[in-house]
Amino acid sequence: MPSSFALACHNRGRTFQCHGDVHHMTQSLNANIPKQSIALSIKINGTRYEREIAPTATLLDVIRDELGLTGTKKGCDMGGCGACTVLVAGRRIASCLALAASFGEADVTTIEGIGTADRLHPLQDAFIRHDALQCGYCTPGQILSAIALLAEGPLSIDDIREGMSGNLCRCGAHANIVAAIAEVGGL
Amino acid sequence: MSSASFNYIRAAELTDALARGERAGAAYLAGGTDLLPLWKASLTAPQEVIDISHLPLATITRSGDALTIGATARLSDIAAHPEVKAHYPLVCDGILASASGQVRNVATMGGNLLQRTRCPYFRDAGLACNKRDPGSGCGTRHGENRHAVLFGGSPSCVATHPSDLAVALAALDAKIVVSSANGERELALSELYPLPGETTAPDSSLRPGEMITAIRMLNAARFANHATYLKIRDRASFEFAVVSVAAALRIEDGAIAEARLAAGGVAPLPWRLEKSEAALIGRAPTEEAFAEAGALAIGGARPLEGNAFKIPLLRNAVIRALQTAGGQS
Repeated sequence: MPSSFALACHNRGRTFQCHGDVHHMTQSLNANIPKQSIALSIKINGTRYEREIAPTATLLDVIRDELGLTGTKKGCDMGGCGACTVLVAGRRIASCLALAASFGEADVTTIEGIGTADRLHPLQDAFIRHDALQCGYCTPGQILSAIALLAEGPLSIDDIREGMSGNLCRCGAHANIVAAIAEVGGL
Repeated sequence: MSSASFNYIRAAELTDALARGERAGAAYLAGGTDLLPLWKASLTAPQEVIDISHLPLATITRSGDALTIGATARLSDIAAHPEVKAHYPLVCDGILASASGQVRNVATMGGNLLQRTRCPYFRDAGLACNKRDPGSGCGTRHGENRHAVLFGGSPSCVATHPSDLAVALAALDAKIVVSSANGERELALSELYPLPGETTAPDSSLRPGEMITAIRMLNAARFANHATYLKIRDRASFEFAVVSVAAALRIEDGAIAEARLAAGGVAPLPWRLEKSEAALIGRAPTEEAFAEAGALAIGGARPLEGNAFKIPLLRNAVIRALQTAGGQS
């Protein structure tokens, strides 16, 4: 787990990144390595984006900070909580553990590509009716993870509990999350 | 967040990757699900990250008695592969007991075998760890050590190997195919993981620049009908093993003709329980035989202050895994 010091630096990094400075800052700390910039051409929710990114950027940071798609959340930033879950070619991944440069050709779906306020995705509708959230921070990741899980094949309640173990809810809505997914899965 | 930057190189050819991989400061990237957390926590600082995930090393092929799994095959693809499911269910069990759906969709076979220990003293740059910082000491030996090894430790290191898949592969006598600029060599899985020495604790016997390119198993499908992976952990899912057991039996005319047992969470590598295996040969798959195998599994265990509970846990896990494997038809 990140220490409190690392977390503080990390938050500071995010502020800098809003001003486009963070790459210069991190590069200057390691003067041995010449600054590299990667040309990224990535498809997200059907739209192609072209950006110059740092070689160290994660897919999560590109989605949120470079493209402004802030529906994807940063929780632990270590692959443990699932708040950053996105789909790549329909498969769920932790975008905080994905080096963006490696996912250049990926076809990514984020929560912005799922449903609209007027036409919710059935899982979004079920989450609301089953009271499957409180603060809502983990919900985009929960929804995307559940979409991919239901696409992986037939499920039992136990399969849902096991299959959703990569998505934590600190508000403790897990029982209702399982119920919402079970309903959409026809259980 | 790590303060260190790195350059990113996408390898176009295996030969290109192997030539670059020999250089100081180089690190191979496949799924990245271990490398990135290590880098973020400043536990590793590569200067050049060589992305091998786009090389054609992800194929899974069964030919005659042999199964070959390419190093960059994603864990979820291996577990969902129809031939692996049908003939090597132990491999699927080990994978599906690992990590989360999100991680398994990206993590690769080779990366899984080379993931670094989860010992909390290794994973915190502020604590003493000979594996991370040779000569700094081992914080675990006299510290919080409920997770530490029972077998194969040294004064310098008592860290366990965290992979579930490796335990399953050890039970199936898998061979590791390793490539370098000088060619290819094949290792037994146990040869991949050296025991810690007096002052050092290397993760693997790979030389600089060497890369796992595949694993191979010969005739391992003979265990398909009587194999299981039992994982005991602190929570029901998405957690590393406290103790795990891979059990594989070949039962002929009501007697055990061959037995393979490997334990996880108890040693710096998947720990084969050879005395337990030998005691099962020629016996009927009965409670008495399983209890004897369980008792033999814990011989030679050397617990530390906080992990003696793993000794009865290992014995009982061996018995339960054998009950499951022996009871299958």
